[in-house]
Amino acid sequence: MKYALRVFRKEFVDSARERRALASALLFGPLFGPVLFAVTVGLSVNLGMDESSEPVEIPVVGADRAGNLVAHLGQRLIEVDAERFGDADALRAAVRGGDEKVGLLIDEGFGDALRDGAPARLWIVVDQSNASAQVPRQRLRSAIGEYGSTIGMQRLQLRGIDPHLARPFAVLTDDVSTPSGRSVILLGMMTYFLLFAMLLGGLQVAIDTTAGERERGSLEPLLTLPVRRRDLVVGKVATAIVFMAVSLALAIAAFATAVQFMPLAKIGMSTNLSLRVCVLIFTAVAPFAVLGAGLMTFVASFTKSFREAQTYTSIAMTVPPLPVLFSIFNPVQPSLPLMPVPSLSQHLLVTSVMKGQAIEPTHVLVSAVCTIAIGALCTWGAVRRFRSEKLLV
Amino acid sequence: MIEIRGLEKRFGKVSALVGASFTARDGTITGLLGPNGAGKSTALRILCTVLRPDAGTAAVDGIDAMEDPIGVRARIGVLPHNANLYANLTARENISYYAALQGLDDAAGTAATQRVIDTLQIGDIADRRTKGFSQGQRIRVGLARALVHDPRTLILDEPTNGLDVMATRALRDVIRERRDAGCCVLLSSHVMQEVAALCDRIVILSQGAVVAAGTPDEIRAATGRDDLEDAFVHAIGAGAGH
Repeated sequence: MKYALRVFRKEFVDSARERRALASALLFGPLFGPVLFAVTVGLSVNLGMDESSEPVEIPVVGADRAGNLVAHLGQRLIEVDAERFGDADALRAAVRGGDEKVGLLIDEGFGDALRDGAPARLWIVVDQSNASAQVPRQRLRSAIGEYGSTIGMQRLQLRGIDPHLARPFAVLTDDVSTPSGRSVILLGMMTYFLLFAMLLGGLQVAIDTTAGERERGSLEPLLTLPVRRRDLVVGKVATAIVFMAVSLALAIAAFATAVQFMPLAKIGMSTNLSLRVCVLIFTAVAPFAVLGAGLMTFVASFTKSFREAQTYTSIAMTVPPLPVLFSIFNPVQPSLPLMPVPSLSQHLLVTSVMKGQAIEPTHVLVSAVCTIAIGALCTWGAVRRFRSEKLLV
Repeated sequence: MIEIRGLEKRFGKVSALVGASFTARDGTITGLLGPNGAGKSTALRILCTVLRPDAGTAAVDGIDAMEDPIGVRARIGVLPHNANLYANLTARENISYYAALQGLDDAAGTAATQRVIDTLQIGDIADRRTKGFSQGQRIRVGLARALVHDPRTLILDEPTNGLDVMATRALRDVIRERRDAGCCVLLSSHVMQEVAALCDRIVILSQGAVVAAGTPDEIRAATGRDDLEDAFVHAIGAGAGH
């Protein structure tokens, strides 16, 4: 291992002087994630934001037939615009064309029907395919429903009947998610970006020290030195690991900084990226650097040139974060049988940490050991490749 | 002392070596001469343990390159064909790295590095990064790197390729100096004049086999030609014939 350390020392200095390697480790990797993440979160926040506190204006045809309803809507911050459209067809056309998100059409016989105790008809004019209209649509529907049930209860009371008889169930929602738990759906993507930033950080080094060394013609003299190929490869992989770990630390720091500026509070989310949480996240994810560095070095050792290596490692880079993507769309709970799966286990641990939940030390251990073992297997593959004369010819 | 016996090597359908045998003694500069594609580099690469032969043996000081590659590598200093330096490191760092991987500790490595920098007279460029070095500067640093552990055996593949006259002369001086120190020097070249000017013994390789070997005089006598160049052409022709 003395020689592996010497190889590491040289490769580290060499890579640290290589602008390309340095830029991808210190700049692109750590910044790419948080920037993309901020954009994604920004979009999601705007889509899902609870707009009930904001007044909304809705065009109504026949508002004069339902004065009390209009007044009720006004209390719910739904402003009625009775002037804009003269007839139902004009309103429908406007909603269909997307000029209006939602409209309300009150039947000519609305007032009479209400007085007679018959169902008074009104139409909410919607375009179901317009996703952005969902919020005002829901608000209008629930405000009208609320007003309707008030009238219904008054009618029952007038007839001497307990209105509660008409409401056999009281269905309430008990939301047990914590504010930081709610943000996890969005922040779950963070693991993906962290893994990506980390892999990107060591990619140039992995290529430089294998395919790059071969392409530049410095590999053959190196192989004539009395050093075991194992030590050469371990030194090179170790360099990539260090670069990846630095990238990871920077990416976490960038995230911790970026979330301060994200409008998460608007959607009732809070983020918990204290120093302690950041350290825990680093501890959970860092073992993946061994796998990443081993895999990249292994793949790069099969290529003959820098460009070829870039092509293949770029493809290989998309594979490790796949379990994370899978679990974002098919959420699973952390459990011991899942911990041996690299990237998925890191994702689950990071998610737990950010939810503010306690994580099992055994989970961390199993995750780390299995991930490192797979990384060691990749490194062993690279050693085998270095022992083969195919590396040169 | 280098001993090559019955070396065979194929790359796919191409036979690079078909039973080559020769010896290079200590205190002697042995030139491996042959046209392009004769198998010179392949033979040297097998000797340096970076290629494995399909048949035959290669040994340095009695140590078999296949059985104990690490032992062989510790005894040889190698300047491969088109070998390159680490562009981000200074010449001194390039040499120190090789000293470290040859097993020298930091203090010994630093001293050995300085010694070869002085020997090869590259003090003026020693602390510059090697990016942008001329071919002559690269060869000299490469040679310093190969000599840093003071090997008894020196293997140089086309060392004078791309060198100007002054650089070539300087290189020859270093090679002769190693010979005089009792080292075994084996170098390859496709330039007959180069080999004639420098080598004590010549091994002529053609189409993967040795077609003539000995001192320049012996080769002239064996081929019946007075002129070494004629002898070379004659020997190669004999090789091409069979």
